[in-house]
Amino acid sequence: MRKSLAGLDPRPSVIEERLSSIGRIIPVTGGKGGIGKSVMSSCLALCLRKSGAKVGLLDLDFSSPTLHVILGAPKGCFPKEEKGIIPPELHGISFMSMAFYSGDRPAPLRGTDFSNAMIELLAITRWGPLDFLIVDMPPGITDATLDTLRLMKRAQPVLVTIPSRLALETLRRMVRMFQDLRVGTLGAVENMCRDTNPLVREEMARLQVGYLCEVRFDPSLEGALGDPQKLLETRAVRDLEPAVNALSALG
Amino acid sequence: MHEWALAEAVLRSAEEVARKEGLSRIDELVVRMGELQQIDPESFDFALRQTLGKTKVRIEKESAVFRCRPCGREWSFADARKAMPADEAEFVHFVPEMAHTYLRCPKCSSPDFEIVRGRGVWLDRVVGERDEKKPRGS
Repeated sequence: MRKSLAGLDPRPSVIEERLSSIGRIIPVTGGKGGIGKSVMSSCLALCLRKSGAKVGLLDLDFSSPTLHVILGAPKGCFPKEEKGIIPPELHGISFMSMAFYSGDRPAPLRGTDFSNAMIELLAITRWGPLDFLIVDMPPGITDATLDTLRLMKRAQPVLVTIPSRLALETLRRMVRMFQDLRVGTLGAVENMCRDTNPLVREEMARLQVGYLCEVRFDPSLEGALGDPQKLLETRAVRDLEPAVNALSALG
Repeated sequence: MHEWALAEAVLRSAEEVARKEGLSRIDELVVRMGELQQIDPESFDFALRQTLGKTKVRIEKESAVFRCRPCGREWSFADARKAMPADEAEFVHFVPEMAHTYLRCPKCSSPDFEIVRGRGVWLDRVVGERDEKKPRGS
């Protein structure tokens, strides 16, 4: 018997196996750019690691990766090639980013190319056993979100928003899509708060999304980028504690 | 050896096909290997052999061709590869889409091009023995 397949992409068939030793897969996502998803992803990963969990961190923002900057990845930090690729350990976190391959050059990827690059990375990366894989998402409901839901079926997003009607407008659409697809979210982090505005809390209650915590605008954060120890000492990270506790409690 | 991870993917895929088609054994696999990914055929074949045993593996190579979206120019990876530093070629080996980072259209310098063919690894054919007693998809 001869079965002609006319080109079957073999990579997706191995992705589930690659992710099988990971307890929780948590994409950190939000509707708009510049709302602090990458900083929140990094801080969540650092805090969970500090609490004793085994943590992986994946930068899915292929065109504008920044987690290596936030974590202060030293020169020479690079994945090891061993029956696939093994993410390097950075501050105790298994860290993977397209920046390892693109350096500081632009990576202009259209939708199909993005999907292909993501499938490739998921098919060849050997994370090993992890309690949490935190995934820093590019903004909005574009290819990255759709591919994350398609390829990482156990993904449970954490939403990030700022107290702005514009950010909430886009987040509402995202939540609606998750609900339509029966993707359960772990709750929302309200970032860059400047006053006690109930806007986000009320909207999350309306959308039936858990409100994890309020992270006040922290001017010291910018100066702490690149130094995880300093990051862990910021007020923003202290404010993030209820979200860290909620995730830790999931086990 | 990154080839190992791709070989594993080919195996899992072939097993899925065999299960769906009710094959009791796989006699031959035909794998298409795109030039852009610069897979080392020997390492890839070695990795497949570790689990496949007597199954024949035929590897067919496919040249990589790009087409520029703004100006329509077509060119080959073979030509572009000549001027490419080894580290950049290595990054494209890991993630072929990095071609958009390191290659440009030779006519208009745009990074906005299509990889027309020859990107990576494809499973083209699975040949095996069908067990007539075994229902398909079981």
